[in-house]
Amino acid sequence: MSAFRKTWLFTLRHRTGLIVWLLALVLASIPLVLRNPYTLNNLNLIGLYVIAVLGLNLFTGYAGQISLGHAGFFGLGAYGSAVLTATYGWPPWPTMLLVALAVAVVALIIGMPTLRLHGHYLAMATLGFNYVVHIILVQWDEVTGGPSGLSGIPALSVLGLSIDTDMKFYYLVWTFALVALTLCLNLVRSGVGRGLAALAQDEVAAATFGVNVKRDKIRVFVLSACFASVAGSLYAHYFSFVNPDTFSIFKSLDLVIMVVVGGLGSIWGTLFGVSFITMLPHWLEFLETYYDIIHGLILVVILLFLPQGFVTGLADLIRINLARRRLRNAGSRRLEEDMVDAGATRRP
Amino acid sequence: MANSTPPLIQVSNLTKHFGGLPALDRVSLTAARGQVTALIGPNGAGKTTLINCLTGVLSPDRGEILFDGRDLSGLPPHEITRLGIARTFQNLRLFPRLSVLDNVLTGLTIQAGSSMLEALLRTPGLRHRERRLRLTALEALDTFGLVDKADLPAGTLPYGDKKRVEMARAFVSNPVLTLLDEPVAGLNSEETGQIAALIRQMRLYGKSMILVEHDMDLVMSVSDHVVVLDGGKRIAAGPPEEVRRNPLVLEAYLGRMSVTA
Ligand SMILES: Nc1ncnc2c1ncn2[C@@H]1O[C@H](COP(=O)(O)OP(=O)(O)OP(=O)(O)O)[C@@H](O)[C@H]1O
Ligand SMILES: [Mg+2]
Repeated sequence: MSAFRKTWLFTLRHRTGLIVWLLALVLASIPLVLRNPYTLNNLNLIGLYVIAVLGLNLFTGYAGQISLGHAGFFGLGAYGSAVLTATYGWPPWPTMLLVALAVAVVALIIGMPTLRLHGHYLAMATLGFNYVVHIILVQWDEVTGGPSGLSGIPALSVLGLSIDTDMKFYYLVWTFALVALTLCLNLVRSGVGRGLAALAQDEVAAATFGVNVKRDKIRVFVLSACFASVAGSLYAHYFSFVNPDTFSIFKSLDLVIMVVVGGLGSIWGTLFGVSFITMLPHWLEFLETYYDIIHGLILVVILLFLPQGFVTGLADLIRINLARRRLRNAGSRRLEEDMVDAGATRRP
Repeated sequence: MANSTPPLIQVSNLTKHFGGLPALDRVSLTAARGQVTALIGPNGAGKTTLINCLTGVLSPDRGEILFDGRDLSGLPPHEITRLGIARTFQNLRLFPRLSVLDNVLTGLTIQAGSSMLEALLRTPGLRHRERRLRLTALEALDTFGLVDKADLPAGTLPYGDKKRVEMARAFVSNPVLTLLDEPVAGLNSEETGQIAALIRQMRLYGKSMILVEHDMDLVMSVSDHVVVLDGGKRIAAGPPEEVRRNPLVLEAYLGRMSVTA
């Protein structure tokens, strides 16, 4: 086998990892060029939402289940960290982990009864959950600070370095986002991930081939809630201030819209969906009053014309055309490539 | 039929009602190891219902199903498949947005493992296993003449190809027993011939199959044993030639519909 072919196969086999590293490189160099705090602040916000929306995309995009309450998990993460570190002086990192575990338990309690049922029980239950969380954040003011929020949340620190500037937080949050991205890319390229995609399309067929439908739905729901929780904790430490309105059901809808714009089930698309929806209000400042209407319109238009979401819809078209072309041109080169890749020889 | 070894499948008095109407009424049958057992009968006879009970998609009201001596009652589908039972669906149930290759890979869900942590971390063990499974799946696609279409979403394939993807997905895990629910329905005679050849090939490999079919030529040419259902009841069972001449069977078919063969 020629050296060129070896390199080609290596690139092919590790393409996903290589793209992630490339992205990391690009992201790492952005602050060297763009130093103004406004841009960094936006990029930080995007990083935070990417973490939460990646989890939601696994649940909604891949597994095909609807959650209208992810801002609730995001809020529990943020307020959990805020209250425990600011009011009680707990150390931030262990608190973040503990809060995520607690949120996992909450997600389990919501998911266990509702994910067993067909239909829109989960959508209703998660909406209700988010509503309740919001009310608690507003009403329980001796702990949460009520409608005016809670301030004085300490900054995170890494190895003694306090993460107290936009730039430092940028590197922290995007490290988290890239780790989350990698975990998601790993999951969808495994049997578990295929099982999620399968159950989204046909639960009976998925179960027939060994997918434990109920268990897998619950597992991915809990996982996505944990992602949202960690994003919330990071949010609290970044802004050092939290306020209930950031975690209302409207924020949950925004998260769903980000998933849809990015594309149902498209991990890469998530980056686009989050960036687009986060930046939209900045581009359309003059339309501020109609912000919610515009969001709604985007959702409706995309669902009407590209039901799989914007990026996935386009990517599917490209994928199908590539596969068709390969079918016309290349015979069964694919099988040979995979066999070489797997170290096997072709059967006679 | 030689009865020295216990049958692979032993169904006794299986009963299933839908809203008071019996779809299966005290059905008993056996399927032997390494053989093709055909399950025939007019439309609505209860054939698919029986397959659904065997795979845990439906739970029977009464009766017992023993697979290799083991009682299947109460087991959910994802546990039953673990024992080595795979199936195809009469009304195609592929995953339309997954690629053909991924569809076939879902037939290897058990082999792929179910640890979420391992999947999230993509451990070297998992990586290696995934590569092996892809190869297995591609070989199955090769057997069923689909390897060139591996990357197309299954939903974009023509009907005949979809039928073969169903077969590839069922056989890829090398199951002990495969349940084929009307594998040639809607296919032309050439495609039917291909599927017949594949069934014979699998039979030669020693695979056990239960074949639900209306195509009598196919049934007569590939099966070792035929069970006839009508209106949820078993009305006959035996070797193909014997069943073909059975007056009860002729009546069941002629009385209700014109025989196709
Ligand atoms: N899920 C269901 N709910 C209600 N009735 C059902 C259901 N599934 C099957 N039936 C009924 O049970 C009877 C047996 O149906 P089944 O699908 O098992 O027949 P079949 O032998 O597979 O017929 P065909 O050759 O048309 O596929 C039919 O009368 C059918 O209408
Ligand atoms: Mg049927």
